[in-house]
Amino acid sequence: MATPGHHTLSVFVENRPGVLSRVCGLFSRRGFNIESLAVGPTERTDRSVITIRVDCTRHSVEQVVKQLDKLIDVIDAIEVEPDSAIERELLLVKVKAEAEHRLEIMRMAEVFNARVVDAGATTLLLECVEHPDRLAALEELLSPYEIVEAVRTGRVAMTRASIANETARPKLNILG
Amino acid sequence: MSDSALDQARKRTGRMTGAEAIIRSLEAEDVTICWGIPGGAILPLYDAFMRCDHSIQHVLVRHEQGAGHMAQGYARATGKVGVCIATSGPGATNLVTPIADAFLDSTPLVAITGQVPTHLIGTDAFQEADITGIVMPIVKHSFLVQTVEDIPRALHEAFHIASTGRPGPVLVDIPKDLQQAEFDFAYPATIELPGYSAEFPEVPASIAAAATMIAQSKRPVIYVGGGVINAEASEDLILFAETLQAPVTTTLLAKGAFPDSHPLSVQMPGMHGSKYANWTIHRSDLLITIGARFDDRVTGKLDAFAPGAKVIHFDIDPAEISKNRRADVTLLGDLKRTLPALREAVVETRNAERLADQRDWLTDVQGWREENPFRYMKGEKLKPQYIIEQFDRALKGKDAIWVTGVGQHQMWAAQFLSIDGPRRWLTSGGLGTMGFGVPAAIGAQQGCPDAYVVNFDGDGCFQMTSQELATAICYDVPVIHAVMNNGWLGMVRQWQELFHDERFSETNLFGTIPDFVKLAEAYGCLGLRAETEAEVDAVIEQAIAERRPTVIDFRIDHDEKVYPMVPAGAASHEMIDQVWDNDWVEEGV
Ligand SMILES: Cc1ncc(C[n+]2csc(CCOP(=O)(O)OP(=O)(O)O)c2C)c(N)n1
Ligand SMILES: [Mg+2]
Repeated sequence: MATPGHHTLSVFVENRPGVLSRVCGLFSRRGFNIESLAVGPTERTDRSVITIRVDCTRHSVEQVVKQLDKLIDVIDAIEVEPDSAIERELLLVKVKAEAEHRLEIMRMAEVFNARVVDAGATTLLLECVEHPDRLAALEELLSPYEIVEAVRTGRVAMTRASIANETARPKLNILG
Repeated sequence: MSDSALDQARKRTGRMTGAEAIIRSLEAEDVTICWGIPGGAILPLYDAFMRCDHSIQHVLVRHEQGAGHMAQGYARATGKVGVCIATSGPGATNLVTPIADAFLDSTPLVAITGQVPTHLIGTDAFQEADITGIVMPIVKHSFLVQTVEDIPRALHEAFHIASTGRPGPVLVDIPKDLQQAEFDFAYPATIELPGYSAEFPEVPASIAAAATMIAQSKRPVIYVGGGVINAEASEDLILFAETLQAPVTTTLLAKGAFPDSHPLSVQMPGMHGSKYANWTIHRSDLLITIGARFDDRVTGKLDAFAPGAKVIHFDIDPAEISKNRRADVTLLGDLKRTLPALREAVVETRNAERLADQRDWLTDVQGWREENPFRYMKGEKLKPQYIIEQFDRALKGKDAIWVTGVGQHQMWAAQFLSIDGPRRWLTSGGLGTMGFGVPAAIGAQQGCPDAYVVNFDGDGCFQMTSQELATAICYDVPVIHAVMNNGWLGMVRQWQELFHDERFSETNLFGTIPDFVKLAEAYGCLGLRAETEAEVDAVIEQAIAERRPTVIDFRIDHDEKVYPMVPAGAASHEMIDQVWDNDWVEEGV
């Protein structure tokens, strides 16, 4: 129970001013470091989803989910189980690519479903949408060529379509 | 307000300013009194208070902290939402302490603050403070109103959120230009808060599981917190406890939720609780927790708290479940539903035979109680416990509300007062706010004009908010402020004596500064003093008889300590105590 681990939380919120700081404040107040954060619109214009990745114990994550649920602007907060969800993240990476390495880099990009979206005299700009672990692997492989710049969006997650759910966003079961 | 007047207030429509809309919204929420101080950013509202016909009394205080605590005292004594008002910047920041206090003690409070005009927000304008940002971790919710049309909805939601579920403070920040703008007012009839619900479905399986645990328990104890008072569930609790024939311990916040004089009461648990409450918890095999939150001042060392007990946890706030102590069974929701439901489920099994099984347990508890009462030694100097007991006697049979500051005097009052009903004991528990007593007592008295309100305060605490004696005089609020003047920040001194080798660093207040009698008189209050037991009864009698704002300077023994005590971080059943010879005086005897 006390060993830390990574957890992905999906927080479905009302699109109101201040909601992001309320949500993030809950984490900083408890001393949790947010590893990744992604915010964006959903299928409804009045709702957003905040996807948060934290490193903490199971007990802490349960507490933080309950605290999130208490926020008035939070419609729902759930922990995304990796086995039952698809998780994706976008990476933009600018890598040194002298003429002799270009082809090598582009071939590697292909293996990772990355695209070359821009090219300069000595650099290539790649874009990749993948599971965050795969992005890390790609960065690792690119690092010998020298990464000039890299930026990631933070992961987003969604329960698999193949898993039947009564509601689109299952409610945390705290009853009973 | 009468039902028909209230109905009318809710149906009112018409073109008006945002400022008037605030007043009409307060009327629609049945607000009859509020506390505050005007200033630039809230001036339009104060102008409307004077310009419009309305039914709300505004009480002008001397410091916004006083306004907040008065609203709290009113809320806790009456069960209604307390309302306080301040201007932007320093007015708003002065409300931070009462807001935090209301958050930790789950008090329904709506704080309305003026904000700089919308076009100046974010420019570090004169008296601009990001108050919604400042209070974010200490409110149940907050609103920074964006358009004048949003004023009624924000206030409607604020009152709903503050008063339902687990009550708490809500702040509504309203920019000045919106107070001045005109619009067509209509009070929303419904609430649309998809992310908020204070209702929980019934879970019959949990009731059944809890009933089984009760059936199997030989040493149950009921651990009661302030949630019982907020739920107005005292009657249900008494029935429940009597059905179970289980001892009941009430936390500092819950004092009065279960009658202190009830034979099943084992009084307060925790740091300065009774030995018999802590021992009862320690030896129990089932902890039935009702609207309490396993605060560290109650549990002491957490893993040594009720080590052999299973836990049934009743609460309205899911986030309290298994926060500090894992619950074996959870009963979420309104205690007025869950308590009778569980009682129903066990009542038939509580037959004579079953209760006989529990007799040894009650006998043990009774034995611990008889051997370890709350007690004190008489001495040459005046003892605070004696004063508290004399007040208790003097007001027996009358409707009395007891308020305190924070420190030794607070703990003595908790130990030695016998309170038999809810909302008659108001103290700052979670935040431990020195300065709570004077204003909270004033607010309580304004909510309950016929009650006798006594504020047992410390000489340190009293000086933090004594300026509100002016408010008491101006509005004729006849609270008796009984200052337990030991000349020291006594509780801190006690820790310095016990844990810091008597290095009394910065705790001497010099008991004659100020002269509390003269201070009282400067405000126009009755000022009295007692230095010996012989003088105590006379001043109490006079204070009760005169029924006007009164300060009594009780010069008490500065060496008196609060015992028993669980040292910070120790297990709660390992209490330290003084040595008692034969002459001690026992609580309530
Ligand atoms: C606002 C605030 N500041 C500091 C404290 C720390 N504190 C707790 S009790 C206490 C002493 C209170 O002194 P007094 O009011 O004279 O009460 P006594 O303990 O002497 O009865 C202090 C300083 C506090 N609880 N609140
Ligand atoms: Mg003192």
